Formats: sequence, structure tokens, C-alpha cells
Amino acid sequence: MFELSFMRNAFMAGTFIAIVSGTIGVFVMARSMSFLTHTLSEIGFAGASFAVFAGWPALNGMLLFTMLSSVLVGQMSIKESRREAVISAVSALFIGLGILFLSLSSQTASSATSILFGSVVGISRQEVWQLVGLSLLVMVVVMIGYRQLKFDSFDAVGARVNGINSTLISVVFLLLLALSVSVAAQIVGSLLIFILLTLPAASAKYFTHGVAKMIVLAILFAMLGTWLGLYLGYLTNWPVSFFIAVIEVMIYVTALIFQHLVND
Amino acid sequence: MIISLITVKNLTLAYGDKNIVDDLSFSLAPGDFLVVIGDNGVGKTTLVRSLLGQLKPKKGVIEMPDKLKIGYVPQFRNLDEEYPLSIKDFVALNAGKSLRPWLNQKERQQLHHILELTDLTRIQDRLLGQASGGEKQRAYLAQALLGNPRLLILDESTASLDNEMKYELLDLVAKLQKQGLSVIFITHDWDLARSYGTRYLKMMPDSYQTGSIEEFRQGVKNV
Repeated sequence: MFELSFMRNAFMAGTFIAIVSGTIGVFVMARSMSFLTHTLSEIGFAGASFAVFAGWPALNGMLLFTMLSSVLVGQMSIKESRREAVISAVSALFIGLGILFLSLSSQTASSATSILFGSVVGISRQEVWQLVGLSLLVMVVVMIGYRQLKFDSFDAVGARVNGINSTLISVVFLLLLALSVSVAAQIVGSLLIFILLTLPAASAKYFTHGVAKMIVLAILFAMLGTWLGLYLGYLTNWPVSFFIAVIEVMIYVTALIFQHLVND
Repeated sequence: MIISLITVKNLTLAYGDKNIVDDLSFSLAPGDFLVVIGDNGVGKTTLVRSLLGQLKPKKGVIEMPDKLKIGYVPQFRNLDEEYPLSIKDFVALNAGKSLRPWLNQKERQQLHHILELTDLTRIQDRLLGQASGGEKQRAYLAQALLGNPRLLILDESTASLDNEMKYELLDLVAKLQKQGLSVIFITHDWDLARSYGTRYLKMMPDSYQTGSIEEFRQGVKNV
């Protein structure tokens, strides 16, 4: 399998995607932001479609769209009372835009499939390096701001009274989330981003109760899904995203059962 | 004469045009246990916000040392029973803003010391979401103490506790106060105020009273 260069690229990209998704996922869960991950993935879809239309690499289009809109959407949906309406409006607009860009470009069907559901074959060595670079950027920022991000995410009330600048933290985090969504979409596709950005972290919290341990475990879960998914996809020629989805869901169900058993 | 830690002079606090606190003056010395008592809506939490620097006075001044470390245990925290962190990890959130992601030995020792002090060592690995009301309040207190404050502000921290737990929590706070910590305790509970306070500040819609706790006891008797 590793004699094929696209598989080597996919494993390398998948590894870094798992690291970023597991890490950011823990904070997404703590900040109750799963909803925003969905919205950003739809915005990412529009961005990728725009890239296809404009003849750019899909990743660049996603980065452009998600980075520009993440802070705005995040601020608009702070109020829980109007969150659902905001999400519907934003999702509708960007899915519509995505469809428009795809229909305007010449190469519709296959590129739409790979944007929405991910593609392993398509990742070039150069894109792998771009993914690695973006992943390192996300990880370095998380490391530097770790204590403050952790405090603000897991106890916003306490963080505020202890002089942590919540506004700054949330803006930086939204940008990190936009980066992570764009990165993760390269393998699982924009429709299934939340598989890697929320499920591994949601599973991890049932097994351990410290933030650092949760991050490590979430990374392991994401990595297990990505590696095994790539391998099974290679064996069967079925979509990799399908396998990753099934594996992550199985891990999550196992976590729920584990939690149930421990509590009884 | 004792040098005071905080001196509030002619303080007026307002949201927009509406004055919440009007022309308030009081002082707090190191080691004081000041009970702030009064009905809902008289501005107790507003006063705290101004002490924390979150609300600028409309008039008057608050004199306190630069960079006075204040530990604040807020009234509300929405942590449900699914809250994923252990008591120890929750307390450790306030370990300081260092760029180093992990705790060094000194920080770990301090954490250990605070958990010991607040009687949480035995249950430090338990999930905070599943802890009892009293244990949660102790964890909130421990988190505030980890910042090594000189002044501790408790905002209705005993409101949700049963009687026994109230006294347990305040016994602990009183112990810290005897070691030199200054305390501001906001409460509705007159019994607790009488038992633990050294000074009081009674806030009413248009006026206030302040003085030693003996004067407060006297006042209550006269009513």
C-alpha cells in the first residue's frame, strides 16, 4: 500500500489532520460549539466550490471563506436564543453559493463529490506540506495559549473573574477552528468534518477527566479512525470517509457503554 | 491606626442613568471579614463588579493597592452533571497565565496545598459535575485561592447549601481569614453574618449602614 505515493500522502495528511482535529475538538466540545463546526463546514463547501470555479486548489478557497466568516458567524451566534436562526440563514446562503459556483464551473460532478465527501487520491505532495504547515501553526498557537484557552473553555465564568480576555480568546479560537475545518475537510470532505472535530473529543471525555489526557485520547481516536479508514478504503475500494465515520461512531458508542457501566 | 486594604469613598455606581449604589463609603482592613447584607437588587453584586474593576464608578473612588490580588467566587456557574473535568483539574485551571502548557513543580505543590487546605484531596479525582453542592463550592473556593489572593470575595456562596455545609464552608473561610486573608462575604443570611463577620455593610435601596459586627448585633436586637 505504501508503494503508492498517493497513499503515502494520504497517511501523512491524515496523521496531521487527526492531531489537529483531536486537539481542537476537545475545545469545541468544551465551548459547546459543535453547531459552529457544521456551519463552518458548509461555508467551507462554498469556499471549495469557489476555488474549483476560480481554478484554485480547494484548500485555499476553504481557508479564504472560513477564515473570513468564522469570527462573524461566531459573534452572531453567541446569543443562544437566535443561534438556530443564524445557523439556518448562514448555511442556506453558503450552500446556495456553493451550488452556484459549482454550476458555473465546467467540472461539476466529480469535484462536487470530492469536496463534499473527501478524496484521498487527490492530495498532492505539495498539498500535504501545506496541511502540515497549517497543522503546525494551529498546534503552536494552542500550545502558547493553552492555559488561557483551557480556562476560558472549561470555566468561562472563572476565567473572566480572573482577568482572562475572553473576547480575544474566542476570536483566536474561531480562527483556529476555521483552519482546522479547512484542514480536516481534505480527507473526510466538508459534509463529514464533524466526524473528526467532535466525535473523538466527545468520546474521550468519558474515559478521562483531565484536559491534556482528553486531548491525547481524542488524537488517538481520530488517528485510529483515519489510519484504519485509509487502510480499509485501500483494501475494499469503498469510500474512506465511510470507514472513518463508522469507526468514530463505534468508538463513541463504546464510550457511552463504558460510561454507563462505570456509573452503575 | 490600622491601614486599610480597601477604602471606598463616596462611591456612586450606575447602569446608564440609573444609580444602583449611591454615595457609599466604607473601608476594609487586612484580616477583616466584611459581611455585605441586603435584599436582592440593592447593588451587592454591582459593588463587587466595581471592586473587581469590571465597572467604572460614576462618582467617588475605590482606593486599593496596585495589583491587589482578589479571589472571587461568583454566585452562578452553569456546570451541569456532564461537566467533564475532575475536581483537581477544575481547580488547576487558575494556575496562572504562563505560556508553559504544563504545571511546574512549584505550581503542582501549590495545587496540592490548596486541595489539602480545602479538604478536597480525598476526592480530587472525582468528576466535579457529580460532586455535591458543598464539594462544588469548596472547589470554586479552591480555584479562587490558587490565585493566591489577599482578598477573597464570596458572592452568595452558601445560598444553595444546607445548614451544616454552610457552616463547614465558612469555618474554612474563617480559618483562612485568621491567617491574614481579607474576606468580603455577600449574603442574605443574618445568622451567618452574625457568626462570622467582623464588620458589616448593610445595603438598602436608598441608604446603607456600616460598622463593627457588635454594632450590627446591637442593631438587630433593637429591631
